[in-house]
Amino acid sequence: MDLFFNQILAGISTGAIYACMALAVVMIYQAIDHLNFAQGEMATFSTFVSWQLMQWGMSYWAAFVISLVFAFVGGLALERVLFRPLAKAPILTNVAGFIALFAIINSSTGLIWDFTIKQYPTPFGSAPFLGSQLISTHQAGMIGVTLALLLALYFFFQYTRIGLAMRASAALPESARLVGINTGWMVSLGWGMASAIGAVGGMLIAPVVFLEPNMMVGVLLYGFAAAVLGGLSSPLGAVVGGFLVGIMENLAGTYIPGIGNELKLPIALFVIVAVLVVKPAGLFGRPIVKRV
Amino acid sequence: MKTLLNVKDLRAYYGQVQALHGLSFSLSEGSLTTLLGANGAGKTTTLRAICNMVRSTGAIEFDGQPLGHRSTENIVRLGIAHVPQGRGTFTSMTVEENLQLGAISRKDKADIASDIERMYGHFPVLKQRHTQQAGTLSGGEQQMLAVARALMLRPRLMLLDEPSFGLAPLVVRDLFRILGKINREEKVSILVVEQNAQLALELADQAYVIETGRIVMSGAAKDIANNEDVRKSYLGY
Repeated sequence: MDLFFNQILAGISTGAIYACMALAVVMIYQAIDHLNFAQGEMATFSTFVSWQLMQWGMSYWAAFVISLVFAFVGGLALERVLFRPLAKAPILTNVAGFIALFAIINSSTGLIWDFTIKQYPTPFGSAPFLGSQLISTHQAGMIGVTLALLLALYFFFQYTRIGLAMRASAALPESARLVGINTGWMVSLGWGMASAIGAVGGMLIAPVVFLEPNMMVGVLLYGFAAAVLGGLSSPLGAVVGGFLVGIMENLAGTYIPGIGNELKLPIALFVIVAVLVVKPAGLFGRPIVKRV
Repeated sequence: MKTLLNVKDLRAYYGQVQALHGLSFSLSEGSLTTLLGANGAGKTTTLRAICNMVRSTGAIEFDGQPLGHRSTENIVRLGIAHVPQGRGTFTSMTVEENLQLGAISRKDKADIASDIERMYGHFPVLKQRHTQQAGTLSGGEQQMLAVARALMLRPRLMLLDEPSFGLAPLVVRDLFRILGKINREEKVSILVVEQNAQLALELADQAYVIETGRIVMSGAAKDIANNEDVRKSYLGY
């Protein structure tokens, strides 16, 4: 039984990271109707920035905050410079753009910081959490930070004017312009926020998987699975999906013979395919209805 | 009276197709003007051109300022509220959030709450439903919400695109009565596009008739309503 709870808790803590990535994916999907394949690489790059700052002697939290700002501004700039001109382009052009961005950021990260794996510190330590052997303090910290982030986002979108404006632009851009909202800036802001959320995920997972340029490739795949499972139109769904995927992955790895650690990743793909076949809108998503 | 909106030689295009062929008209401050015409005459396009939502040439001046190359949101921020065809309701948000969105570009945040109350005064049904999702409202209630949302901007000019569309006659009467009241009491100039010519002419003081992208008739609303030839040939009643 202990093993079972252990696996569930471990699943929730890695699920927290998938939730972050899924949330970032959903935010950009809401804003521009495309999946950002480079989301993970953007997060990795920001994590490397924080690592570099710490190498130069900065404290963890100072590096954390500066990388978040960097990620936010970087995401905003990417939208303004690269994806704004593609806004009216066909879907495949956008997909090609995202893949190019993935390759460029991935190689630049490797070029600047090379491909050797690096230790990344945790601010929470790795002692047993509350004397329990089930999860470590770092895992508890991952869950805590993710939940705090969610709460902050919830309040931002529900109770601030700019959050309301962002929701309005995502729902009905034309109506949003007609009440005087600059929808272009709302899209940029969405990119900035998504990039910062991804950076939080990257900095939290780096102590677990070690820092290297490809560390987010698998994580983002789980993030996509989580977003699809929860429904691409629902931020709450993305988070619930993240936790569910994390738990599923761990339980399957432990209890289904033959899966183990090596075959965990296909579970994400399995989830994506299964959801798309059975319930394409996801658990919390609204089905897309079009008048024809 | 002072001219608030002046449109000169307006031509608008959808791709290669020209929808407006040099349309000119003006609207004086405080007036309630109606733009009449059959389906496809260019009424909606005219409103969309004023807010730069369709490619157009010509000169549009609002309170002496050329609107030329301003973006839609900047035109709105000058005080032109546009209730589009289909109402543009944010259906997944609550009634109150829709009203707050109407005021989202305003700087005087303190007055927004009292303006929302004022809207509930005009449209009591919205107060009853203020926490409800806007998509669950009836057509008439959604049209009232759309008008209220537009008024939350504290506009100087309100553009209404077929407010009567799809509504029961009694609901339309009610809505038009409130529009008249808003025009008189709150000094909001109104440009309303309508297919229901009879009703629009009762409400308006000025009227223009469009046919295939050109103004073919203009004058005081009651003169046009009383002119039998015009009524028969252009307005069909």
